[in-house]
Amino acid sequence: MKAPPFAYVKAESIEQVSDLLLRHGDGARILAGGQSLLAALNLRLSGPELLIDITGLPGMADITLHGKTVRIGALVTHAELERSPVIAQHVPLLAQAVPHVAHVAIRNVGTFGGSIALADPAAEYPACAVALGAIFTLAGKKGERRVPAREFFKGLYETALQPGEVVIAGEFPVHAAGEHSALLELARRHGDYAIVGVAARTRIDDGRFSDTRLAFFGVGDKPVLAARAGAAVEGCAAGPEAIASAQAALATELHPAADLQTSASAKLHLAKVLTSRALTALAN
Amino acid sequence: MEHVVEITPIVNGTPATRRVAARTHLIDFLREELGLTGAHVGCEHGVCGACTVRLDGKIVRGCLTLAVQANGRRVDTIEGLSDTGELSALQQAFHERNAFQCGFCTPGMLIAAQDLVEQKPMATRAEIREHLSGNYCRCTGYQAIVDAIEAVLLDRRTGAPR
Repeated sequence: MKAPPFAYVKAESIEQVSDLLLRHGDGARILAGGQSLLAALNLRLSGPELLIDITGLPGMADITLHGKTVRIGALVTHAELERSPVIAQHVPLLAQAVPHVAHVAIRNVGTFGGSIALADPAAEYPACAVALGAIFTLAGKKGERRVPAREFFKGLYETALQPGEVVIAGEFPVHAAGEHSALLELARRHGDYAIVGVAARTRIDDGRFSDTRLAFFGVGDKPVLAARAGAAVEGCAAGPEAIASAQAALATELHPAADLQTSASAKLHLAKVLTSRALTALAN
Repeated sequence: MEHVVEITPIVNGTPATRRVAARTHLIDFLREELGLTGAHVGCEHGVCGACTVRLDGKIVRGCLTLAVQANGRRVDTIEGLSDTGELSALQQAFHERNAFQCGFCTPGMLIAAQDLVEQKPMATRAEIREHLSGNYCRCTGYQAIVDAIEAVLLDRRTGAPR
């Protein structure tokens, strides 16, 4: 279908964006790449009165390395993440995630910040951010504030963004020596949203897992950090025993909701399968 | 009331100034305002790839791009890319291998395929399939399409004229 009527503004400053958001409330939506927003408008799932195009805002389209942190501007596209040597070297989990995001023509346009701000529970980047302990920078009328990813995602498409605020960047800790990461997902077709996925990182000291973090997506209303499963392998060597204890712990903490195609029990089963594969991938 | 904006995208090398509703998709602008009906409207929510065009040299969905977002930018469609001869090797290969049946997906397939030819000249069949994963052929003629693209890649690698 065609999108319903709306007005359009190409914003020139964060202050202007914030003013418009405050004035229009839920009637305004931010347009960056638009690869989820325009699909929703075309399906008439959303009917905003105003789109605020933020793609002209300065300083939000770069990937930069600052000491032990990589800063990703909100307007960086999936394709730019995919090609970035800084991401490949310092945030390999994100580099592993990008090929799972939709298709080439969509990756050319869709943005990092859009994926974070939309907070789709089946999306890859929110889970990566939770697994890696990323911090988002939000900007609004009162200036900027920084919110850890684990506090940012509140529920189904719900975030810590306050009225008038915009995600302007994410900061990820650089990949350290001995760290390993893996991103695995199961989808009906390549590029579809995941049925279940996991963003995983660990450190391997003397062949043993340390500080293992498994962030699942597609299993609830937001990314789920499986703290018990991660703790279950602490100090364990890779192998069937570690996998079994992680899977047993996972069953006590992961309570997936069924969706149209997959029952809750099937999702839990698939999450266990991915746990096994992820721990194996992390160890190799 | 419909919000109208004036835009001037550079379409196939020529600036085109029009007043359009803000909600107008790039694909509808091209087809209905400019009469460039080569790129097609399929699913209208970014799944099928029939509306693939180039924006500033990158392939995009014409149905997930607003016409106003193309203001001042370069838009290339199947018409322009055919006229310049950029797609001729692929078009010839598609013809030879019968890589289109109803033809609805073909303009999008060709533009996505040319993107691959330029960016991954050493692509394998699996990589061809991956690159085209966002373009649907409802006649399911994928095998011939992959064959045609592979033939062009092989010809380019061996320097064979086409």
